[in-house]
Amino acid sequence: MKRFVGFVRKEFYHIYRDKRSLFILFGMPIVQILLFGFAISNEINNVDIAILDQANDVTSKEIINKIAASKHFSVVDVIHQESSIENIFKKGKVKAVLQFENNFGNNLVKENNASVQILTDATDPNMASAISNYIASILQNYQQESNKNVSIDYQIVARSRMVYNSELKSVYMFVPGVMTVILMLVSAMMTSISITREKEQGTMEILLVSPLKPFQVIIGKVFPYIFLSVINAIIIVLLSIFVFNVPVEGSIFLLAIESVLFIITSLALGILISTISATQQTAMMISLMGLMLPTILLSGFIFPISSMPVPLQVISNIIPAKWFIIIVKGIMLKGIGIGYILKETLILFIMTLLFIGISVKKYKIRLE
Amino acid sequence: MMNNNVIQVENLSKLFGDFAAVDTISFHVKAGEIFGFLGANGAGKTTAMKMLIGILSPTSGTATVAGFDVYKEAENIKKNIGYMSQKFALYDDLTVKENITFFGGIYGLTKKQIDQKRCELVEELGLQEVTNSLVASLPLGWKQKLAFSVSLLHEPKIVFLDEPTGGVDPITRRQFWEMIYKAAHQGTTIFVTTHYMDEAEYCDRVSIMVNGKIEALDTPKKLKENYNTNTMNDVFLKLARG
Repeated sequence: MKRFVGFVRKEFYHIYRDKRSLFILFGMPIVQILLFGFAISNEINNVDIAILDQANDVTSKEIINKIAASKHFSVVDVIHQESSIENIFKKGKVKAVLQFENNFGNNLVKENNASVQILTDATDPNMASAISNYIASILQNYQQESNKNVSIDYQIVARSRMVYNSELKSVYMFVPGVMTVILMLVSAMMTSISITREKEQGTMEILLVSPLKPFQVIIGKVFPYIFLSVINAIIIVLLSIFVFNVPVEGSIFLLAIESVLFIITSLALGILISTISATQQTAMMISLMGLMLPTILLSGFIFPISSMPVPLQVISNIIPAKWFIIIVKGIMLKGIGIGYILKETLILFIMTLLFIGISVKKYKIRLE
Repeated sequence: MMNNNVIQVENLSKLFGDFAAVDTISFHVKAGEIFGFLGANGAGKTTAMKMLIGILSPTSGTATVAGFDVYKEAENIKKNIGYMSQKFALYDDLTVKENITFFGGIYGLTKKQIDQKRCELVEELGLQEVTNSLVASLPLGWKQKLAFSVSLLHEPKIVFLDEPTGGVDPITRRQFWEMIYKAAHQGTTIFVTTHYMDEAEYCDRVSIMVNGKIEALDTPKKLKENYNTNTMNDVFLKLARG
């Protein structure tokens, strides 16, 4: 036990004295979560739009006021000919133009049929479709309100309600993903680098010649990273609760246990990487290319798995991050209990055992 | 038969596939001896040494180190030997003091023992000024001496030195050999590999490995007589050229 404490103390010296790894450990999580939370957002806030009002009557004015009053849009320009539309898009001044036809108000009252055209800049397709949905819903809203007073014919309105993330806040989706990426990065990359550094320096040899058993060396090396990863997980959860108001609907305790499981999975991967790479450089490349990219691209963090081509969907199953993201989303956003995520937990557990098994085998071969 | 051999090797071999890195070697090393283990690069020195220090298991043959069998009692061997690699491996980002504390700790020394050893060692090497400096800032010669002293912290019966003088200047090498003599004088057996033939002259006995086999084993004086030369260098050249 005393040996173990000495070993762990030494690991902390390494981490503490290497400013780069300190930054990766604690700077990255905070920077990433803030970046994803604030900058990379799919929400519609204060989008600049222009109006082409060919009707210029009471009804169209009311609608324009309604749109301008919403926090989603700000009307920055009013144009008067159709020919200016292209120009205003080319300048990139606005993301959308709302065009009212001649006699808009009259048509609406007399023929019960008036049209508005929503033109959006679809160079950013997600944004464009979101904008047109938002505008359409404001229009619908207006229509309902005005019909209330007049009480005319039947109307069937389809209502959709977003559950679990009713305000469609993108930060809700990013928190589980960022948490996964960071835990993976810290646990797998940092441990594989720190183990291969010992190999490179020749100190691994000294350790293996000492009375310490190989598994004691490995446990001594990964223990500090379990500790640091847990702290990281706590920082991320606190940031999401207090900065982004992301709720934790489910049990914090369950979330903590699942996080520790995922940290151990990642550490096992890190150990595996260190057994197949001789230098820190290789370990870093394998961690980045072999782990980070699939974790970000194939885990469902950014791109939904269901819309991937079938071969990629199949591959995504072997990525531990996919299962952890499902677990975190389940606990944080849906508030589900262990019963609903047994399968995912079990998969992570089996993966961990598998990685450790392979590492032990590889490690033995090296010593032969 | 009772003897005072601390290393006893009989017909030891290590095969990598069809290639015999070490080919049925036999020798013994007496307690308190400085035993030189010579050979060109690739002759099999390092492989043979790794089998003796318990990190590589032999293909065939028998060997005991400090009275323990290399197949079954590697853990006991490890407690009784010291090892210094050609990289003088210490932790560059730890201070002199922290390195000593760490290595003393993994050999199970108590805090008191470590403190005492550290004072002796710092005094002896004249490191008072730099005990709290990072090892990275030390000159190579100091690192080498420190690495050697660290390998002796737990007072092992045998210390294995793998090309301990690579890359250091002749004066520092000389001083280093004085340390080796001192350790041997205090009863530690020294097993040293080198490819500096002048250093071979400092050993009590030397073995010369060529292509996995031990081609010669005797005192430097006898070897020079047998091969009718003036220097160990010539002995080595005659052997290596066949």
